[in-house]
Parts: sequence; structure tokens; C-alpha cells
Amino acid sequence: MSPEKMVHMANQIAAFFKSQPGADAAERVAAHLSDFWEPRMRAQLLAYIAEGGAGLDPVAIAAAQRLKPVAA
Amino acid sequence: MKDFIIPWDDRDMGTPERQGAPVTLSIDGFEVTVPEGTSVMRAAAEAGIEVPKLCATDSVDAFGSCRLCLVEIEGRKGTPASCTTPVAPGMVVHTQSEKVNRLRKGVMELYASDHPAIGLTDAANGDSELQKMAARVGLREVRYEPLADHVHRRLADGTANPDWRPVDDSNPYFTYDPAKCIVCSLCVRACDEVQGTFALTIEGRGFDSRMSAGTGLDDYLSSDCVSCGACVQVCPTGSLQEKSVAEMGLPERSVITTCAYCGVGCSFKAELRGDELVRMEPYKGGKANRGHSCVKGRFAWGYATHKDRILSPMIRETINEPWREVSWDEAIGFATNRLKAIQERYGRKSVGVITSSRCTNEETYLVQKLTRAVFMNNNTDTCARVCHSPTGYGLGQTFGTSAGTQDFDSVEHTDVVIVIGANPTDGHPVFASRLKRRLRQGAQLIVIDPRRIDLVKSAHVRAAHHLQLRPGTNVAVVSALAHVIVAEGLANEAFIRERCDWDEYLTYAEFIRDPRHSPEATEALTGVPAAELRAAARLFAKGGNGSIYYGLGVTEHSQGSTAVMGIANLAMLTGNIGREGVGVNPLRGQNNVQGSCDMGSFPHELPGYRHVKNPDVRAIFEKAWGVAIDPEPGLRIPNMLDAAVDGSFKGLYCQGEDILQSDPDTRHVAAGLAAMDCVIVHDLFLNETANYAHVFLPGSSFLEKNGTFTNAERRINMVRKVMAPKNGYEDWEVTQLLANALGAGWNYTHPSQIMDEIAATTPSFAGVTYDLIDRMGSVQWPCNEKSPEGTPLMHVDGFVRGKGRFIVTEYLATDEKAGPRFPLLLTTGRILSQYNVGAQTRRTANTVWHDQDLLEIHPHDAENRGIKNGDWVRLASRSGETTLRAKVTDRVAPGVVYTTFHHPDTQANVVTTDFSDWATNCPEYKVTAVQVGRSNGPSDWQEDYAAQAANSRRILPAAE
Repeated sequence: MSPEKMVHMANQIAAFFKSQPGADAAERVAAHLSDFWEPRMRAQLLAYIAEGGAGLDPVAIAAAQRLKPVAA
Repeated sequence: MKDFIIPWDDRDMGTPERQGAPVTLSIDGFEVTVPEGTSVMRAAAEAGIEVPKLCATDSVDAFGSCRLCLVEIEGRKGTPASCTTPVAPGMVVHTQSEKVNRLRKGVMELYASDHPAIGLTDAANGDSELQKMAARVGLREVRYEPLADHVHRRLADGTANPDWRPVDDSNPYFTYDPAKCIVCSLCVRACDEVQGTFALTIEGRGFDSRMSAGTGLDDYLSSDCVSCGACVQVCPTGSLQEKSVAEMGLPERSVITTCAYCGVGCSFKAELRGDELVRMEPYKGGKANRGHSCVKGRFAWGYATHKDRILSPMIRETINEPWREVSWDEAIGFATNRLKAIQERYGRKSVGVITSSRCTNEETYLVQKLTRAVFMNNNTDTCARVCHSPTGYGLGQTFGTSAGTQDFDSVEHTDVVIVIGANPTDGHPVFASRLKRRLRQGAQLIVIDPRRIDLVKSAHVRAAHHLQLRPGTNVAVVSALAHVIVAEGLANEAFIRERCDWDEYLTYAEFIRDPRHSPEATEALTGVPAAELRAAARLFAKGGNGSIYYGLGVTEHSQGSTAVMGIANLAMLTGNIGREGVGVNPLRGQNNVQGSCDMGSFPHELPGYRHVKNPDVRAIFEKAWGVAIDPEPGLRIPNMLDAAVDGSFKGLYCQGEDILQSDPDTRHVAAGLAAMDCVIVHDLFLNETANYAHVFLPGSSFLEKNGTFTNAERRINMVRKVMAPKNGYEDWEVTQLLANALGAGWNYTHPSQIMDEIAATTPSFAGVTYDLIDRMGSVQWPCNEKSPEGTPLMHVDGFVRGKGRFIVTEYLATDEKAGPRFPLLLTTGRILSQYNVGAQTRRTANTVWHDQDLLEIHPHDAENRGIKNGDWVRLASRSGETTLRAKVTDRVAPGVVYTTFHHPDTQANVVTTDFSDWATNCPEYKVTAVQVGRSNGPSDWQEDYAAQAANSRRILPAAE
């Protein structure tokens, strides 16, 4: 998927969990990504972050770092 | 297994059922006990005695006009009409006596004197109550010579008869012959009471009285008639008659089955001659529809035998070549070789499936099993992705299960209804008729919709409030309603304390009480006047049983899942969960959307909404299937297309779904399909997706197979085979052929065995068997040890998840915003006569009502652009552009335009974007920033598309 689309989707998820009470938004974003993003999508996100992660919400980046490693 | 079911007791009881204290009376010497308020006619029917009648039927209130049902009652004067006389304790009724026989015969003689003598060649022969009643009362002669009549075209002296009117055959499915009409008003009453359209009337007085569709200047087609057929069904004389019966003759047998159109799931009697379908008549025992239907279910079934149907398998090396008809063996062999080669080269996860919300539960279950147990991945999705996936997520999070909470009967007990983002009179017409009946009894209605749908104001229906919000602001409006309820102290705290997590409620209440959610603060954003919104919130909180019905106008947004949670919050706040007349009710688009979701079509969950990450759930299926199941979620439809463009997804088996037409951003879908090495389309027709397919497997229609559909009420209805599959196989057999060619070793011989497997692996279906459904007619899941006969109402004593969960619903504007280049917002929907991508309904006479998609635009926006009604206009977004004709109307607000997506040559989805719901990737169909301008005709895209489609649909003559 295009990086713009992936960034948009990840930021949408981060925006929802940031609006929720509690200080665990990154954990909850990570759980959502693990539950609903197919491994190659998660791999693409991690690769994108490794290259700088431009445009990603900091919570999305923090969440990605909590993802367990995936075999793409 | 029984393929053919003779309808059980569906006698006409004469007048509607009543609820009330038992009353015992005597009829012809038999003692009978019925509820208070029951008519003498119905009580007699309960005792097995049929009183002659013409103007009464049990779907409408008694009227007492035909005077044929006269009876004698001891101690009462005269001969009262049994249909309008309620029973009384100890009443002694005689339905037969010399006196009533003489009177009835006299009445019949008068009818006969002003009615055409029925000859041997009349289509109504054997289908006319008038004939039957004439025989019943023993009418043998007619002594009266008519002085004037409306029966004969010419008078005795050869001059034209001014009272005669020609047959109205303007409706494509039935005719109205005024000469045969006895003005009993049954059709008018059915239109009013059952359908709720009020299109028919009796005009004139006395001898001049005539039934008229619309005004005297109208015919059926130009009137408000929606062609539901209720009038035809009740007509006792054959004055209203199906054209199919006139053409083919009367049916000789009937089979009860389930409609394959929308998520209401109406039960029908398919009436046949041999294996030729003559008529579909709604079945009174059907608990979703209670004997009613719409134009699609009753009449629009001709597509099943349309000449466009493909009956032979076809293959081709590349999509630029013409199709080649081949044997099933060759087609399946070709497909399996390609799929195996793809998986060898690109890996296990490079192929997947799309299950169909139009196919049966059993077929859907097998398709997801194919990917999980044979392809060994979780790449399965269904068109629910693009409609109700946010319902699954939102209701799962708040209540603990992904389904509507009520049955349709519940609407009869509701006091205040919110309809949000749904247009039931077009999308779910039979439910709409049931809702309108309740509204006419006094229930209040709140419509939340950017467009003035028919329910806002139509005959005898007027919404108390129409909150005409700007597209994309559902969450702001729903939160503002909740704000008013909480801030004004209208929340049902007793319910919340008992049934919901109280701490979460306190957090939520603090959030929602914030002034930023107040209607005054959000008015500028939503366009909904604050006072109107406050009044609506108070009405919903204080008006009694409050129910919420919603559709794709809620889900198909960037915040679709958040809006569903907001709706669940509203229901919990007001204590409107867990009893009749209340609840949260998603109106499902297609016949088996609910079922396809239940059956594990989503890539992250196994049947019964259980995540694949859970080892205990995987273990159940690993044991049943003898394979290891991938614990990672698979690709959703948009993700499959993205992966295809990226080169890591190469093969797709797509059953009964047309993603090229129905999914957003057509160019992207086309690019994804074009990048694949093996696209297998399994469908009735060469649909748009098939333009990019390498293998075409012909499908079977709902008339040609056994199985079950699950409707929006969680009701599992039986689909029964009424004729042999024209393509040779039921769809589940085709999937099994493919699976077995890949080494699956399946040996199902009947869909009931597939249901047995579902029951054995899925707790909410544990008690479901074909025998149970046959016995009960239908059953609503959960059906298990705890509820052996199913569950009409959910969350009665507690939520499925335990405590109901309030979730904070912050409004976050979609990034799809109107701006200088694209100043208008496009929203999309559908129309009564057409269904989804139109593959079925476009191949019926329903096109007479809607032969092209139109762009609704407000007069103000039209004038600014120099657009007149009927002009060709160009509709452009950042994704693409198309052209269609404009319809200038104030149904849409200024700044908003609207169209339908039923026609592939319009391709409304060329314009929609790839934005989607944050949680589920459900596309944001309902908000696209667009510009509209005048145009000369089809766009380049439309012309290129048409050329590609024509090229792709070529079929080589079969080799001899």
C-alpha cells in the first residue's frame, strides 16, 4: 500500500485511542494493529518507521515499537 | 432430506389476530375460545368453519362492505356481518341458516349482475374468490338485467359505453382490469394498512365508485404505487392479476423459501408449475415479513432465467483474451494449477477468498474454510467489510456481540424511533411498512440524515424531528444527543448502575457533559439547529420505549465504528436495551450479511466472532479440520488489493460479489485485480469483476439450492431448492470441487451436514439443525442449550460481555473535506426498485422505475452552475470523474449531492476515495468532496471502461 495511505490509517487509529481515557494509548494501538493488521502491513509500518516514519503520529510510532516481530 | 415443503396452515382467517383475555362462545354448536376483540369470522375460522367473504382478509382490518359474511346471533336483531362483530362471552352464533343463505345468495346475485361472466379463457379462473363464493352460496341464476354497467366496452346499441375503462397494464408485473372490480376496497386497504403508501383510492360515489391508482389522470405506473403487490395478493376477483399468471397459468405446487434480496429476509411461497416459477407470494408464517413483500422479492426474480446468465465454466490465459467454454474438470484443473503455482512461487499468503453476503451460510462457511484449511492462511473477507464491519467492531466493544438486539416484531412495541443513516422505505421496504404502521398508531420518529428521505414526510407519516446533518458529522450529532441527555439529567441511572460498568459511565458522563459536545457548540459544524437537536434528545429520553435503527449512513465513514459505539451509548444511557420495543438495530444491506459475518468471513476471526489469535478457538477448528490454523489475521479486501498492487497477493477466489463495481476507488480496484495471476469469479453473470478474471465458475440462483440465510434479526431462515441448478451444481458443491482438487478431501453431500459442522464448532449455533428450522420455520441465534429455541431479544438479563461498556466518542473530522477545488459533498445510497450493484434487478423489468443513476443536487447549487433538471453533468473528485444526469431537488441540502450506484456505466465509485473507517477499513462511501459541472456526455474513463468491458466479455464459440 502507498506510504501515504498507511500513515493515514495508522494515524486514524492513534487518533481514536488518544481520545480515550487512560495513559495506555500506545498499548491499545499496538493491540489493535496486532489484531487487525496482517503481518505484511505491520512489517511495512515497521520498515517505514526504520526509515524515519515521516508523518506518523508519535503514538503510532510508539505503538509500532511494541509490536512483536513479524515474519513478513 | 425434504426438498419440497407443502405450506403448513396458512388459511385466511378473515380478520387480524388480536391479543386479549380469553372469550368463549359457541359457533354452530362448537365451543371456541379466542382472545377478546377477535371477530366472529375469525373465531369461526379458529373452529374450522369458513364463513363466506369477499372483502375481508386477515392482513387488514375488517370493513364490512361485501355483506356476504352475514351470520345470525341468538338474542340479536338482524344478521350482523361476522367480520366486524367482535365476540362476546356466551355468544351463540349460527353461520348457516335458511335466512343467511338466502341473503348471501341475493348479495352474490347482485355482484354477478354487474360483473363480467367469467369464461374458460380468463386468467383469474381458479384464482378468483368471487367464483368460489358464487359456488359456495349456490348461485345458479341472475335475474337482473343491467341498465347501466361498467363491464361492456359497447352498449347494446353499439355505441361506446362511457362507464367502461380499459385495462391498466402500465405496471410491468400486474394488470388492473376495472371491469372485474367489485369495489370491495381490499386493495386500497392493503395499500394503506399493510404497505402504508396510500397510493390507491376509491373515487366517485355510488355506482360511479372506482378504484383508482393515484388521481384520475394517473395510471398505476405514474401513481405513488411502489409495486409491492399487496393489492394484487388480496384482490378477490382477479381484477388485479399478475402478468406471470396470465402468461403461464396457475401454479400447481408451492415451496416455502427465503428472499435473496435485502437483509429483511422475507419468507415466500415460491409457486411453481413443474420447475417453472409462476409467482412468488409472501408467506404469512414468515416471522420477518408477516405476509408482506416489496417489488424486488415478489416480482423481480426474472434474472434467474435471464439470457445473460452464464451456465458453463470458462477460462482464459490472460484477461485480454476472449473466454473459452470448458468442462468443469478443465476449469477446476486450470484454477488449481494456477493457485498452486502462485503459492509455490509467492508463498502461502499470496492467495485468498472473498465470501458472499448473497450466498448461504453453508456456502460462506465453506469458502472461509477453503482459505483457512486448504490455502492455510486467513485471507478471507466479505462484502460486509464495505458495509457493516463497523457494526461488528462497535457493538462487539460495547455490548459484547455483533448483532442487532431485537426481532422485527419489536417495532410494534416502540414509542420513539431514531432512524439514522438508513432509508428503510427504499433499502428495507418491508421493515419500513411495519415501522410506518407503528408510526400511524402514534409512535414518534426522529430522522437523522443529510437527505430528506421518504420517512421524513409521506402519507400519514411525519417525523417529529429531522436532523439534517452535514455528511460526516454523525459522531458529533450522536454525542450532542448524549450530551443533552446527560447534562439535563435524563439518563436512566438505575439501568446504568444495574447493567453497565458504573466507573466507565462516570468517565463517559464527564466527557460528554463537556460544553464542546453541546448542540450549540456543534451546530456550526453539523448544520443541525441546536433547539431541534435538544428537542429530539428529550423526546428520545422521555418518550417511552426508544429504539434505534441504523444503516450504512452510520458505518460507511472514517468514524463509522465510533458512531456505532455512540449509538450503543445512547441506548444504554436511556435504558433502551433488553426488552421489546427498544434496542439497537443495524439494518443489513444484503440478504446474508449477518450470516456471512457469523460464519467467520472476516480475516481476524473464526466462525462465531472469535479471534484467530486465541489458541482455544483455533484448537476447536484444528481438531475438526485436521490442520494447523494461522494465528495471524489475514488481509481485508482493501488490503488484498493493496498487496496485489505491491506484488505479494496474486490469486483470488471471489464468490458472488462484484468488487469492481461495489468497492470504492474503482481505478485502484481495477489495478489490484489486473496485477493478479489468477482471479476466479463464481457468479451468475459476467459481472464487472469478471472483466479481470481468468476463471469463471457459473453460480446457482437462490431458487436452485438448499441452505440458510441469516437476516438482520439474527433469524436463520431456510432457503429451499425449488428447481435443479441450471449450471449443474449448487454453489457449495462448486467450492467443494475446487477444495477437493486442491486435496481437501471434503465429502459433504447436503448443506445440512455443513450446518451440523457449524453447530459443532460454534457455541451460538450449537442447537441449530435443519430439523429444528423445518419444525420452527426459523430460529434466531444464539440457539444452544440455554436457549434451545433461539433468542428473539438479546441482552435481556445482562449484556453478552457482562456489563455494558460506555466508550468515549470524540468527534474527529474526516480528512475528506470540501474545499475550493471540490466544494460539494457527495453521499451515496440506493433506491427501492434496484438492488446493490444491480446485477439482478437491472435484468428485470424493475428498470422501468430506475434505468440510470441520477445526481441529486439542490436548486441553489444547480443554478450556480447553470445546471437544469435532466442535464448531463460531470461529477469529479480527487479519485476520478464520471458523468450522469442531474436531478434538481431540495431533498438534499445546499452543498450536498447524492447518487445511487446501481449502474456500472455510471460507476459512482470511480469518484469515491480510499479513505476508510479507522477500525475496520470500511470505506467512506458517504463523504466525498466533489465538484459538479455541465458536461456533454460520457467521460473518457466511461468510454474506456465500456470498451474494456466489451472486449473482456467476448466468449469464443464452443469447440465441437
